[in-house]
Amino acid sequence: MAVSLRESVQLVSDPRNLDASVEEVFQLMLGVDCRRDGAFILDEQQSVTAVVGFGGLLSGACVFRSGSSTAMKIAERMTGMEFEEIDDTVKDGIGELCNMLAGAWKGKVPNLAANCGLSVPAVITGRDYHLHVQAPEFKVNHTYRFEDASFEVTIICDGLQ
Amino acid sequence: MSEVRTLIVDDSSVMRKIVERSLRQAGLDPLVVYEAGNGAEGLDMLKAKPVDLILSDINMPSMDGLEFLRQIKAQNLAPGVPVVMITTESSEEHVKQAILAGARGYIRKPFTAEQVKERVLPLLNAA
Repeated sequence: MAVSLRESVQLVSDPRNLDASVEEVFQLMLGVDCRRDGAFILDEQQSVTAVVGFGGLLSGACVFRSGSSTAMKIAERMTGMEFEEIDDTVKDGIGELCNMLAGAWKGKVPNLAANCGLSVPAVITGRDYHLHVQAPEFKVNHTYRFEDASFEVTIICDGLQ
Repeated sequence: MSEVRTLIVDDSSVMRKIVERSLRQAGLDPLVVYEAGNGAEGLDMLKAKPVDLILSDINMPSMDGLEFLRQIKAQNLAPGVPVVMITTESSEEHVKQAILAGARGYIRKPFTAEQVKERVLPLLNAA
């Protein structure tokens, strides 16, 4: 029998899955507790965005976005190193973090875990850019905070079989 | 424990460092680590260096972890050396594919040092 996610769209788009995934990844890999926060305000000139694509029964992406100071703080927690700029190691760390967030999120729904692949992460840095997806099937966007660092994670689904 | 020569294959240098740190926290010391950024580099490394343990990601550019496993078997590289997959892909189907290709263990990212210890040490002790 063909597997479909159409009938379980409410389960797939449950916003609690994203919260649980963020909590799990940050607790296990960084040793910090994250909490949901209000709207994401980027008060730095440079931002870091990581994107991991979904393909298969669900197509879309997991997008992580933060300012440069938060990205460096996360990379410091992951590596034990200190950073003064967004170098290749910081980008690599943020890409891997996004990869784990995407994997943890799709792992919350068994049919999704088995029938949805992940792309290799892409990381974008700069300023004044906007990521636009036309008419997504659903979108879950939350802002989180640990210590004085904040970031946002978005799950965009633009196709569901 | 005698020196454990370990090959870590992952396209993320940060993840390779995290895996290495977890192995040390798990008590694998002295530890000699060789790193590769994809399966093809991993095969080259195995041709040049004898190892006691292989840890590999699955999703990687150039040659992914499953093909890396198949090639290790096909080229009879590192016979008897345990391979553990460390990956975000954790469905039963992915685990089954990895085991069929020759993996002896599976760790899902994100992970703790304790999980690495539980999966890796019994394999080394049995080898």
